[in-house]
Order: sequence, then C-alpha cells, then structure tokens
Amino acid sequence: MAIKIGTEQFTERVDNGIHDDFMRGAVASAQDGMSMKRKAATTEDLGNWEEWRNHGEEIRQHVLKYLDYYLEQLSENVAKLGGHVFFAQTKEEANEYIRSVVQKKKAKKIVKSKSMMTEEISLNPMLEEEGCEVVETDLGEYILQLDEHDPPSHIVAPALHKNREQVRLVFEKKLGYTKSSNPEELAYQARVTLRKKFLAADIGITGCNFAVAETGSFCLVTNEGNADLVTALPKTQITVMGMERLVPTFEEMEVLVSMLTRNAVGQKLTSYITVLTGPKEELDVDGPEEFHLVIVDNGRSNILGGEFQSVLQCIRCAACINVCPVYRHIGGHSYGSIYPGPIGAVLTPLLGGYDEYKELPYASTLCGACTEVCPVKIPLHNLLHKHREVIVEKEGKAPVSEKLLMKAFGLGAASPTLYKIGSKIVPAAMSPFISGDKISKGPGLLKAWTEIRDFPAPNKERLRDWFKNREKGEKS
Amino acid sequence: MKVTIFATCMVDMFQGNVGKAAVELLERLGCEIEFPESQVCCGQPAYNSGYVKESKEAMKRMIETFSDAEYVVSPSGSCAFMFNEYPHIFAGDPVWEIKAQTLAEKTYELTQFIVEVLKIEDVGASFEGNVTYHTSCHMTRLLGVKEPPMILLQNVKGLKFTELPGKEQCCGFGGTFAVKMAQISEQMVDEKVRHVEETGVDYLVGADAACLMNIGGRMERLGKPVKVLHIAEVLNSH
Ligand code: SF4
Repeated sequence: MAIKIGTEQFTERVDNGIHDDFMRGAVASAQDGMSMKRKAATTEDLGNWEEWRNHGEEIRQHVLKYLDYYLEQLSENVAKLGGHVFFAQTKEEANEYIRSVVQKKKAKKIVKSKSMMTEEISLNPMLEEEGCEVVETDLGEYILQLDEHDPPSHIVAPALHKNREQVRLVFEKKLGYTKSSNPEELAYQARVTLRKKFLAADIGITGCNFAVAETGSFCLVTNEGNADLVTALPKTQITVMGMERLVPTFEEMEVLVSMLTRNAVGQKLTSYITVLTGPKEELDVDGPEEFHLVIVDNGRSNILGGEFQSVLQCIRCAACINVCPVYRHIGGHSYGSIYPGPIGAVLTPLLGGYDEYKELPYASTLCGACTEVCPVKIPLHNLLHKHREVIVEKEGKAPVSEKLLMKAFGLGAASPTLYKIGSKIVPAAMSPFISGDKISKGPGLLKAWTEIRDFPAPNKERLRDWFKNREKGEKS
Repeated sequence: MKVTIFATCMVDMFQGNVGKAAVELLERLGCEIEFPESQVCCGQPAYNSGYVKESKEAMKRMIETFSDAEYVVSPSGSCAFMFNEYPHIFAGDPVWEIKAQTLAEKTYELTQFIVEVLKIEDVGASFEGNVTYHTSCHMTRLLGVKEPPMILLQNVKGLKFTELPGKEQCCGFGGTFAVKMAQISEQMVDEKVRHVEETGVDYLVGADAACLMNIGGRMERLGKPVKVLHIAEVLNSH
C-alpha cells in the first residue's frame, strides 16, 4: 500500500510519537508559529476571509461537478501544445507509463520537485528499481531522502518532525558536511549538491498544485525555486497530478493560489509560483523538449459522487494539520499514512481502506478546529464522524463490547423509565469505587478515564429530584 | 418568561451543583423554570461514536420531551449544539425533521440565552477571585457562542480575569475519545493544565460541564490547587 508508512500498529505508533520529545517540540513550535502567521495573512489586506472561503469552496465544488468536462479540456489543450497525456486508473498503471518513458529515454538521472501524488503511487522505488538515481530537490524531501527514506510527516513541510541539529547530523553523515546547524548554512550545502544534480538530470518529475483546463498549463508553488529548475533543465518532463487538481481558468487559479499560500505558510505569495504551458517552443531558451502529463485516479472516482466527495475539494494547504490538537501531540508518522492530520484521517481510509485505517477517524475529538480553518470549507470533522458511522453500521468493524454497550445506551437513553431507574441506582452501583467526592479507580469504561483523571462521585440526589423536592424560589 | 431546563445527563447525575446554579440564576433573572422528568440523554456519546441508529431513539425522546417548551436552555454548549444537529441528522425524515428544526430553533446555551434573549449583560453577581476561562470547542466553533460568557464574566463584581494561553485548543475530552484514545487525551489535557497553571489563577471557569470534568479531573489527580467552576456557579454568586 503506497500511502502506508511504517509497519507498527496504531497504538504503537502513537506511543512512539508521544515519547518522541524532539518531534513534539518541533511540531508544537511549528504549529504555534504557523497559526500566528496564517491568522495574520488571512486577515490582512484580503477583505472578508469568509467570502474568500465561500469563493474557494464554490470553485472547487464546480470543478468536481464538471470534472469530466475539465479533464477532457485539459487533455485536449495539453495535446494541442504537443504534450502527451496518460490517464492512469491505478498507481500501477501510472508507474508503468512512467517506466516506459524512462526506458525510452534511457534515462539514468532523475530530479523531482515535491509531489505527494508520486509518494502516493510509490514512484521512487520503481524508478530506483529501473536503475535510476532519483533526487528529491525540495529541501525537506531531500533531507528525508538522505535520512534513509524517512517518510514525510506533513504534506507541506515533510521534515517538520526534525530539528536543525538532526538535519545537521544527516548532512554530516551523508554529505560529509562540517559546518553548523544554522539553516542558511545547511540550505547552502543542499544548494551546492543539488545544483549538480539539476544540470545532469535526464528527466524532471513534478507534482501539480493546479492544472488550468483552459490553457493546458500547470502551476507549482514553492519557496525554493527548485521546481523552476526541475522543469527548465532536463530535456524530458513528467508531471504527475491527482485527477481532481484542476481549475477552469487562470482566474480561479489566482484565487486558489493566494488562498493556498496564505493558509499553508502564512505568506501572501510564496517566493516562486511556476507556471508551465506545454513543452519548449522554437523561441524558448529553456524548458523540456518532451512533456508528459500523468493524471492519476487511484481511488478518487470511487469518492466522487459519494458522501465523502467534498474531501476532493482539498488544495493540500495543511492548515487543518497545523491547527490539529491531536497531530500536535502524536506527530505525522502516527497516522501511518503519507497523509496525516485531519485531512489524512479523512482521506486515508478512503484510499487505503478501513481494514488498515479504522482507528484514524477516532483519532479526533471532533473539536472542529480543522473545519474552521479549511480554505475550501471541507467539513472535516463531519466527515470523520461519517467514517465512524460507516465503520459501525456498514462495515461492522466496531468492537463487540462497544456495540453491546451502545445498544444498552440506546435503550437506556431512549427510555425515560429505564433512564430514571438507571440513573437512580448509579450512586449505589458506584459506591464501592467512591472515595470522598470522587472516583479514582473506576470500573469498565471509567477505567480508562480514571487511569488519568478523577471522576466526580455521582450526586447523592439527582438534579431532577432536587428540583422536584425543593420549594420553588427557595435556595437550597 | 417560561424556560425549560435541559440539564444534560452528566449534570443530572454527576454535577448537580451546575444544574442548581443554572436554575437559581435563571429564576433570579425572572424566569419560571420547568424540568420535564422525561428528559434523558441527548444521544451525543453514541452518535459521536458512530452509533447513529441507536442514538436516534434518544433524540426522538428528547424532541418529544421539549415539544411544548417555549425556550430550552442548557448549561452545556456541547449538548445545546447537539440539539442544533438534530435537523441535519433527521434530514429527509418526513415526521422528525421538522420537529427537530423547531427544537433547534428554540434551544440556547445558558449564557447565550441570558445575553441574547433576556438581553441581560450584568446579572448582578459578585465573585472575589482570579479567574481564567476555558472556551469549549463545540460551544465556540460549532454552536458559535463566543461573546456571551465573556460579556457576563466582565460584569461580575470583584472578578479578576486572566486570559488562558492557547485557549482555542481542545482540552482532549471529545466524549468517548477520552477513553478510546486515552493516551492522546492525556497529552492534550496535560497541556491544558499547564496553560491553566501559567495564568496563576485560583479558578478555572467554563460553560461546558464535560470539558470541566476532564480538566478538573486531571488537575485533581495531579494535585493542582486550581478550583474548577461552571460559569453558572460564578454568575449565581452574590
Ligand atoms: S482539508 Fe482543507 S485545510 Fe486541510 S489540507 Fe485540504 S484544503 Fe487545507
């Protein structure tokens, strides 16, 4: 499974995350910094951010509604420009197509800009199998690649879980780096090494932030300019995109790009917005001679038209991850998926199945912080709830003890008589566990609660009895 | 004005003080209180865990129970929000959707009711103490009630207020999350406790009994001296 990372079970992964102090420090300070920047960037000079969100949602919903039409328009326009378009239903098909291009070009050296889609289809292992040297040129991805293919823990800042000292160590070990952990010095080292790779590359592979159907163009948003080089220097370019990542025209692209950069990194614009339209033309000084577009479905058609469709509105800004209190404490790797956080907890079970990922929808307090920040208004916490409903009612994957308990709950809560009797006997039933006015070691469900916290002892007199018994207006 | 109290099962069984304070407060503000005996649980624990079928029966019961009420007022933002969810849950149901809608429209969280319906911003309370306030997620984000508790607390005589750092962050309760994902919940509530401690206050106040039970229970376990009060208890002090 290509979206899967690690081999441990969910609780083990969470346990590892919780005990990784480095990671937690890095994540907490990144989250705090990001939240502040995002707030500033979405309130300054933009006018009404809520109106922007409505507009963003509208654009994405429109595209999903007419996806067939826009995909066709995009393909036609890319072909008109002399590009090749391949529609891959599965990740295997995508990989096979890319393999054939690599073989035809007898390519040995490949540079890549950041792409979650290529992670999703496990492209790198296939390329390496073909004997290619594959180099990730996004700084974060590059660090992870050097560090024995450590998986990404965040969709925008893949190496978020590492602090500078850890990065310095990786560089020291793998590149013979001798300088400090100063980010500028580290970045300089990466630039020097990567520059040579860019110049020698046979093929450049990119992801795609947005494709513009009307013109057959692609937009890549980066802060490092690496996507510029990946697309300008190698003779052949392959762009891999999720089938939903497109907009009708440049007008909508502009709206979504400014929302993306503000929400993702708190910048009005990132340092580079690279837009490419087809292969190199006669008068162009650089750009690829050959251009391939691989549009990947990999399960997305199954989501379209169903109750989870809105998840396809996502523009991968990671704002939901940056505010998620659960992600804050367990980090990205705990999700066991290349897509972590709220978006990951919604998307991963859809792409990777409930068998593997049934815990993820429960790894949320449904606090709604994600939904509140999502620039395209995906009701993330509602979708997490929807997953729970499917797991319980359609998939039947809930534990039996829980099912029985909830059945009993259904009966008890729905029947005033049962509730009355039940709630009346609560104090007596719990009395063995009560010390003073609290319960410190409870039975059943209370056990997990009281391992961490005290639980209040039940009222001696239920509120309803107090109300009935007292004389109106008289303070008890 | 006639007000029907939706006490919530937690308050009914475990946090009577909160319910009593809410009843007394509303009476002091001139309301006539009713407490229908047939009220049970709003269904949230089962619903949020994905047991929609099971919880619908409880929801129907609640809709019936409060059908004659003029105003339904709850000392829990989260449970009041649950009533607001009913119309979505019963969407398309020829009988229950409309009834659910009627209930949602007349349901208020306590402070919201005082400020928006009674139009009272100063309840005449006095409370000597250093206080911080936990903004519960469901109440602020989902129900959208942010200002009313702040307005009411500002007007309490003697009360000194300190804002809680990281106030927008969830306390880690999340209903069954607290037991299902106890490991994660613990980390979340611990960070909340640290933030409460940073303020140096004597009292942590909130408008959602469940969140308070979570944070309070953890502080008690850790032996922290901060006392936990529901906002109804503060507003009922005079
Ligand atoms: S779900 Fe929304 S907030 Fe999260 S990454 Fe996607 S667009 Fe951004």
